[in-house]
Amino acid sequence: MKLLQERTAKLRVGESLIIQTAVRIMVPFIQLFGLYVIVHGHYSPGGGFQGGVVLGASFVLLALAFDQKFSMKYMSEKANGVLGNVGALIYTGTAALCAIFGGLFLDYSALDKLIPLGPVGWRSFGIFIVEVGVGLAVMSIMAALFWVLGSNGDMEEGL
Amino acid sequence: MKALALLTTLITGAILLYGTMDFPAFGDPQSPAAIHLSAYFIEEAVHETHVPNLVTAVLGDYRGYDTMFETVVIYCAGLAVVSVLRKKRSKTQENKS
Repeated sequence: MKLLQERTAKLRVGESLIIQTAVRIMVPFIQLFGLYVIVHGHYSPGGGFQGGVVLGASFVLLALAFDQKFSMKYMSEKANGVLGNVGALIYTGTAALCAIFGGLFLDYSALDKLIPLGPVGWRSFGIFIVEVGVGLAVMSIMAALFWVLGSNGDMEEGL
Repeated sequence: MKALALLTTLITGAILLYGTMDFPAFGDPQSPAAIHLSAYFIEEAVHETHVPNLVTAVLGDYRGYDTMFETVVIYCAGLAVVSVLRKKRSKTQENKS
């Protein structure tokens, strides 16, 4: 009880212990669900865009319930930028790799020469690689947009 | 001027609505969109890509260009917003902290 009172006394205006505890419990499951949506895109509704938005929303939720500093402890600005670039690069890089290995641009079956999985297997696996790239890019852009717009550009104190 | 704008809007809207009268009926199996590529996707997609979800197969494989540039558009939009709005901490604030 005393611990609770101390913690409540430290909270600033607009912060609530109930919301913060709930968010702390929910965020890992939200991120797991985002990964599930990306990875399970082959078999159910979902895919890179939707899963990426769910992943990005988890960071937005952290920034809303706590403050921006707290959400940026989990994903620093630099790591976020790198992930976004890597995501876009995975997609275009896979496409270019297909062309380099003698197929058409974005024809994943050409990657069979790199690792023999069979042309059909590569078309399936290529879609998966590409979805992961889309998910990374969308997640990073969602988080970055919220951070920049919510903190007036200095990434210090958010909403 | 406002009346002219309203008139232009109404005429354009009327022309567009008139154009929709030539559309095939909603869900018509004989419409041009349904007899050419859709049939091919439905029959061959699972067999050609081993992806049971047709939407993912079309999105990631047959229309890979579309999805690629969608990603690039989102990426560019985010990059533009961040590079325009991001500002470094000013020096007075740095001295304080």
